[in-house]
Amino acid sequence: MTEVRLSHSDQTVAENATDTATAYEPTKRRRSFGRWFADTGWRHVVAIVVSIFAIFPLLYVLSASLNPQGTLTGSNQLFSAIGIDSYVRILTDPQIPYPMWFLNTILVATITGFVMVFIGALAAYAFSRMRFAGRRVGLITIVVVQMFPQLLAVVAIFLMMSAIGDWFPAIGLNTLSGLILIYLGGALGVNTYLMYGFFNTIPKELDEAAKIDGAGHARIFFTIILRLVAPILAVVGLLSFIGIVNEYVIASVMLIDPEKQTLVVGLTKLVSNPRYADWSAFSAGAVMAAIPVVVVFLLLQKYIVGGLTAGATKG
Amino acid sequence: MTDTLTTASEDTAPPSPRQRSAARMADAAGGRLRWLIFKIALLAIVDAVAVFAVFVLFLHNEWLVLALVAAVTILVNWIYFSRKQIPAKYLTPGILLLIVFQIFTLVYTGYIGFTNYGTGHNGSKDQAVASLMRSSLVRVEDSPTFDVTVVERVGELGLLVTDPTDGDVSLGTNLQPLEPVDDVTMEGGKAVAVDGWTTLQFADVLSRSNDIEALAVPYSDDPNDGAIRTQDGQKGYLYVSTLEYDAAAGTMTDTTTGTVYTDNGEGAFVSAEGEELLPGWQVFVGFENFVKAVTDASIRGPLLSVTAWTFVFAAVSVASTFFLGLLLALVFNHKGMRFKNTYRIMLILPYAFPAFLGALVWAGMMNESFGFINQVLLGGAEIPWLTDPWLAKVSVLLVNLWLGFPYMFLVCMGALQGIPDEVNEAGVMDGANPWQIFRRIKLPLLLVTVTPLLIASFAFNFNNFNLIYMLTGGGPRMEDTAIRVGHTDILISMVYKVAFTGENRDYGLASAFTILIFIVVALISIVSFRKTKALEELN
Repeated sequence: MTEVRLSHSDQTVAENATDTATAYEPTKRRRSFGRWFADTGWRHVVAIVVSIFAIFPLLYVLSASLNPQGTLTGSNQLFSAIGIDSYVRILTDPQIPYPMWFLNTILVATITGFVMVFIGALAAYAFSRMRFAGRRVGLITIVVVQMFPQLLAVVAIFLMMSAIGDWFPAIGLNTLSGLILIYLGGALGVNTYLMYGFFNTIPKELDEAAKIDGAGHARIFFTIILRLVAPILAVVGLLSFIGIVNEYVIASVMLIDPEKQTLVVGLTKLVSNPRYADWSAFSAGAVMAAIPVVVVFLLLQKYIVGGLTAGATKG
Repeated sequence: MTDTLTTASEDTAPPSPRQRSAARMADAAGGRLRWLIFKIALLAIVDAVAVFAVFVLFLHNEWLVLALVAAVTILVNWIYFSRKQIPAKYLTPGILLLIVFQIFTLVYTGYIGFTNYGTGHNGSKDQAVASLMRSSLVRVEDSPTFDVTVVERVGELGLLVTDPTDGDVSLGTNLQPLEPVDDVTMEGGKAVAVDGWTTLQFADVLSRSNDIEALAVPYSDDPNDGAIRTQDGQKGYLYVSTLEYDAAAGTMTDTTTGTVYTDNGEGAFVSAEGEELLPGWQVFVGFENFVKAVTDASIRGPLLSVTAWTFVFAAVSVASTFFLGLLLALVFNHKGMRFKNTYRIMLILPYAFPAFLGALVWAGMMNESFGFINQVLLGGAEIPWLTDPWLAKVSVLLVNLWLGFPYMFLVCMGALQGIPDEVNEAGVMDGANPWQIFRRIKLPLLLVTVTPLLIASFAFNFNNFNLIYMLTGGGPRMEDTAIRVGHTDILISMVYKVAFTGENRDYGLASAFTILIFIVVALISIVSFRKTKALEELN
């Protein structure tokens, strides 16, 4: 591994050197435009074309959100008018409980993300560090059950939650707590499997040393392991958070009252008929909903990419 | 194990027995006690919730669920107070949630698939009879006026009824027929309070008038005896249904018209003329839903075409996103390229943007008459991007390419960086051209890493409900079908539509479809597990 990295950096240095060398001799560079294009130029063409494809819809929604006019047609002239009227409109319109949607989404996604990671980490610790009867079967069950996504069982979930609602209204249909519980049903899943792989990379000698010093299993878990695996916890937590922000099926079936709904349910209903929808208010809502997610994603992108490829090499 | 133990103790000087016992005592004095208190507090909360649950279930006569809750609570207490069950302590929370909200719901789905559960068939036969009789209640002329008091317990309303003839006091709820009670407070010959229940004050009665008008407390176990209802929470009257139920014969008779409705064995009362009384009730129908799905041409046709499209959609989505992502990763895998980071950020933005919003925005841009693509890019052309069966499929794939390629790009970048440069150099030495190096060496190495992710991506797209539902809503609608289904619907969105949209919700049929999907998913999983040997690697 170290050898690879060495030769890698050597090469970069060498290439940088040639780059600077050509930069000082512009005549030579101009003459070799054809070669430059064949080598790197076409790469820029591809990158620019795909970048336009990638960011165009995002620019469009940003422009539509800044357009005070409401309709879909009115949003077609990009950045022709700029104002924050539509932001004010969606935040204050008594017909659209957007602030509640936002709050509900943050609440559900944050709580679920945290608890899911915690429960998953507990299980990953047991699977990684302890040897007990049924361990292998347990791991296989987790992977296999995850193959059947929860949304497939949405009918059964709906009927079960409406029965539970008759007995315990606090966690039945139309409650955020019930929705969180359903999501937590998936706490032992691919995430645990991913965390299990990461836990295995933490040397067992650390636990054993702590054990000799008299630490119990709980203390080892909370004070040593959880700190060492923090990066994977962050990645799994963030991916769960984003997954829950996007979850429509169960949320739409569970949450009935408009002010109980989450962003994905509310905003989808809002533009269910694009002809009559207040398109710029929707766009404003979309921009406000997306910005926190995008910012967090971009800040943590290195870890996320690491997590994805870690999963890739292990999965 | 022993090796590591000895090395560990050699590295750090082994503590003497005295040091060790001192450390243990310090632990016991500090940390352990705190942990113990924390643990007991948590368990106390769990037990308190469980006791409450048992109490509520007891009131509803749900004995099976009650027994399960009690058993699980005892098990949880045993696990956390035991000194030996260490793995169980870490696994219990996750496993309990998994069993209730995933495994149970899967099994329950299987059960519903064999019933006629759906609109008009929601409850048990008793509930259907009660509901039918309740819906046709009429006040009995010249019946006595009962003094009533509205009482409440854990959110459930009840009526405390004083009989005007003999002064007997009885209590009942919507579900519980009147039964004599003791321990009542009398006031002027009228019972006004009873132990264990809260009496509703006048203001509460006013604010909950809708609930109170819906109260119809059965007079006795026999539904034909009628029910007591009240309008004002003060006076109650006897109401009797115009339907008469004969439990022995299983018939309902309309006393006003004389029509007899008999149990047709499929969860409803039907008259001789074929008129059906709704609501009916839920019955086990065996393979009827499956038979209907396979033999009824107006369901089988759409089911087959939806299944085919689901596979095409998932496969093309994986292929298109992977190849665009791979192309970009190869383009960027060049050391001298400038602005790499800027491009990279722009390219992964669609992945960072919440997917459902992306689909909704594209739906707006692709609108036939007002959308940006037709109006601005194509100068007013009215191309039916989302409303023509074939174009809608193309649009779905295009939008999914937009949503999915950044992920593949990131993954391929990571995987390419994992391939050492020596591989490239060795290829060059042997005289291979760049294409040969890529095709014969790099791509196979890359595929080893990304194949599991491609399978996962296929599984994800197989159930990519959000994209379909938010972009096209499954539309355009297919014609001549018995179920609501469109040309771009995939299996999961079809299930959702059958179960939750439209006038008739057919949970039974939807669950039967779900079971068919389960079988398909299970087959794919088995094959892919065999291929990747993922399970064998678990140790």
